[in-house]
Parts: sequence; structure tokens; C-alpha cells
Amino acid sequence: MTIEQRQQEIIEEFALFDDWMQKYEHIIELGKELPVISAEYKTDDNIIKGCQSRVWLHAEMLNSGVVHFTADSDAIITKGMIAMMIRVLSDQAPEDIASADLHFVNEIGLHQHLSPTRSNGLLSMIKQMKFYSLAFQAKNNG
Amino acid sequence: MTEYSIERIREQFPILNQQVNNRPLVYLDNAASNQKPNAVVDCISNYYTSYHANIHRGAHHLAQLATEAYENARTIIANHLNAHREEIIFTYGTTDGINLVAQTWGRKNLKQGDRIVISGLEHHSNLVPWQMVAEENGCIIDIIPVLSDGTLDMAVYDQLLEKKPKLVAVNQVSNSLGTVNPIGEIISKAKNINACVLIDGAQAVSHFEVDVKQLDCDFYVFSGHKIYGPTGIGVLYGKKAILEAMPAWRGGGEMIKSVSYQSFSVNELPYKFEAGTPNIADGIALGRAIEFVNSLGLNAIRAHENLLTKTATQRLLEVPGMRLIGTAAEKTSVISFLIDGLHPYDVGTLLDQLGVAVRTGHHCTEPLMNALGIPGTIRASFACYNTLKEVDIFIEAVKKASQMLS
Ligand SMILES: Cc1ncc(COP(=O)(O)O)c(C=O)c1O
Repeated sequence: MTIEQRQQEIIEEFALFDDWMQKYEHIIELGKELPVISAEYKTDDNIIKGCQSRVWLHAEMLNSGVVHFTADSDAIITKGMIAMMIRVLSDQAPEDIASADLHFVNEIGLHQHLSPTRSNGLLSMIKQMKFYSLAFQAKNNG
Repeated sequence: MTEYSIERIREQFPILNQQVNNRPLVYLDNAASNQKPNAVVDCISNYYTSYHANIHRGAHHLAQLATEAYENARTIIANHLNAHREEIIFTYGTTDGINLVAQTWGRKNLKQGDRIVISGLEHHSNLVPWQMVAEENGCIIDIIPVLSDGTLDMAVYDQLLEKKPKLVAVNQVSNSLGTVNPIGEIISKAKNINACVLIDGAQAVSHFEVDVKQLDCDFYVFSGHKIYGPTGIGVLYGKKAILEAMPAWRGGGEMIKSVSYQSFSVNELPYKFEAGTPNIADGIALGRAIEFVNSLGLNAIRAHENLLTKTATQRLLEVPGMRLIGTAAEKTSVISFLIDGLHPYDVGTLLDQLGVAVRTGHHCTEPLMNALGIPGTIRASFACYNTLKEVDIFIEAVKKASQMLS
């Protein structure tokens, strides 16, 4: 599935909810289901700083040429948001990740979570995901 | 005094009457900044629509009106603190006032090896300015530790005073926990060893009457926006003799008596520390805010807030896993808490969905949070206009959020 198809899938999923509570319950559920990041990656090097909720992000280039992300957060709502980001961006080609427009966040009415004033680390995480992808891409081309 | 009429008070704060996320707004982030009554808002708009002009210079009518209003606000503030008007310096806020003292009095008087005592409850703005001076002049900062109930360890304070610090700088009320510090005792003990004392009153002025002469502190600072006044304006009180001996800081217009290419001489107090065109509108409106507070009476406000705080504290304990952070006997209307297993950010996000505005995080007191071994707290804080019904909504919201997250 392309990044766009995955975004559409999430938008359709959220269309089923008619109030904010169901939406948040779903996000919390997603947060709980996010596969745990292996302890060796939950390091200070992988932490995204300056946030109220801490975010850890690890990226690796698989032999198949896609970027695989794992991540974690100490806040469950942030973790649910992370789960959606990973679902959309993980195991995609680096150039597609770097140029992705994550419009689904707006469309499911959660844009406020990507506001720089939220300091929940999500925005920095997306930046970091794109940064890793650019770096892998440069390495591939180099 | 007439009866404390919450309806009449709320009418003066139209901002409170709105929906957030389709629910009535319950504003409980008052320790960060409280809302402004119509009197203050109208005062600002009236200034700009009727008599704005630059002050202290023009010979014309509007300049005279503006100057009189600005200086009248200074007098209101001076009377409120029991100070002389030359001792009242307008600043941008608490942070600005502390930096002024650090960069003038501090840089001049704090020498290599001198000690500065601050408390473990300080806001970053009463820590970093001293770290900056300490780094430059080679001073040592000692911290009065915080006990598990959120009070200061006064026995350690006594020991720190034996090392003869030059300066003691503490807050009157902790912004993160609401602890009311025994500043009477802190000041008198510091005075016994001739230490200079700065009190950060940011969290105190909207709850307590302050008499700087009786306190006998050398400096007292606060922000307008925490006493129902505007942002961008604050006050530094300093004892006259100390302010006179202090070098000027910012240079420019207003602060000089005469200037040539070779030299300048500084203006008299308080203008010596007020370089440039000041924040005239907000200065005038701060005077108005203080009149507003005095019209309700700080004792009446505190009694009302105490009722809300007590009720909310008791009811919060109904929530499973509730952990109150800061349980000092003397507290203002701040409740900091955590719920076992839940991150403050998650709770704050869901409370916001429920229309309840609280603050989450370290509240600009990172070292305190580290000392307590917590990532931050959820902080609810009440003001003169909050109601028992809002306490109900808050408690129900906390229960709901906690259910959803568990
Ligand atoms: C105790 C205390 N000191 C200092 C400050 C800083 O005030 P301001 O940001 O208005 O300069 C605050 C504000 O949160 C405070 O609560």
C-alpha cells in the first residue's frame, strides 16, 4: 500500500466515530497496541528532546530498500498518534517518506496534536523520520 | 464589604462565557495567567481611544493626561505595597525585574566566591538570571531543599546562612505546588547576617496583601498578568537607598539627566531604570487591576479560593490512584497532582476535550520536578471568579479522563 492509500484507510476508519470520545478511545487503543520498541533502541540518543511527553524513535534501512521505524512514548495519546504515523510511513521508500504530505491528521480532526505549541514531540518525530529517510536516500545514491 | 457575589464578578469577565470543544469553558490555569476584568480591558481601550501620547516629554494636553495616568498607576501600586513611588520601577514582568536586579545589583555586588541562596521551589526565572551572574563573577548557588510535602527545609536554610550568603532570592508562593513560604522568617534571618533579599511575588500578589516595609525585603517583583492585569507589564520594588546605589542597566531616553558625547548622567528614581518609551497603556491598566482586586478585597478572594481548593482537593481523592504533589498546610489555590500510571500530558489533553483548561508539565521548575522524581504534574489553579459548579465539572472530567486512560 502506498502512503496515500494508508492515509485514506485511517481517514475511513475515523469516519465511523461520531464523537471525540470514541476517537480518543481508539487512539488510546492504538497506543496500547503499538509494538514495544526493543530496549536497545530506547536510548538517550534516540530520544526527541524538549517535549512534555518523551518520544523515542529508531529507524533502519531494510535490505528491500524501505525504511523501518519503531518508536515509543511515555504518554499514551502521543503513542497512539505515533502508531498512526508509523502505520503510514514505515516500510516505505525513503524518497516517498521524505516527500509525504500527512494530510490525514487534519482530516481526522487531530491537527492540534501536530501544533508546535503542544510540545508532545510528534512534530519533531515527523521531522526526524523525514530526516532519517533523506539520510538513507543520500547514502543509497552515494 | 458586601457579600461575595460570584455572578457579579463573572459578569466582569466575558471571556469566561464561552464554549471550548462544545463545552462550557472551565478556566483553571490561573497560576499561569488569570483573566482580565472589563475594567482593565476598557482602561486599555480608553487610553488608546482618548488620550494616548508619549509621556514625560510633550508639553501638550494629551501628553500631560497620559503622564498623569501613568504616574497615578505608579502611586496606586506604591500604596498597595506600602512603598514610596520612587521605589516602584515598571518592568515587563517578574522575569524582567529579576534580570534587572541580577544585571545591576548582582553584577556589581556578587564577587568571586560569594554565595547566593535560592530555594528548590524557584521558577526558572529566579534561577537562570543568578546562574548567569554566578558564571560571570564566580559565585556559588546554594539551594534550600524541598521536603516531601512541598515545604522548604528550614533547618538547611539556617545552615546555609552560616556560610554568609550575599543574597537570598526566593518566591513567596511556589507556582508548581502552591506552597506559601515563610518569607517573614526567611527575610528576618537573612537580615541578621546582612544578606540582600529578593522576593519573587509572582504567585502571591493575587492572593495576599503585601507590605514591603513590614517584610523588610530589599526587592520584591511581580507580573501584572498574574493579578488580573495586562501582560507585558510588571513591577520591581526596591529599597530607595539600594536602587540609588545600583548602576543603571538599559541605556537610552528617559533614564538620563543629561548626555554629551563624552558622558551621561543618570536620571533620578524611578526613571533611572526605565529607559525608552514605556508600556504606558498596560502600566495604567495595571493600576486599574489593583483597584479591581482591592474592590473585592484580597481576604474575601482568598476565602473564596480556599473553599474551592479545599473542596476540589477532597473530591480529587475519590479518584483511584490520586497522588497530590505538594500538601503544605499553607497553600494558595493551586492543586498539583498525578494519577498513578497516567502521564500528565494525556490527562491534560482529555481535560481540554472536556472544556477544562489546566496546565501540565514541569511548570518552568525542572529542577524541582527532578528532585521530586516526577516528569511533571497536572496543575489546576483557582481564581476569584471560579465556582463550586466548576469544581464539580473539573472533578467529573478528571474521573472521566482517568477512566478512559486506565
Ligand atoms: C513564581 C513565578 N516566578 C516567576 C514567573 C515568571 O513570570 P513572568 O513570565 O510573568 O515574567 C512566574 C510565572 O509563571 C512564576 O509563577
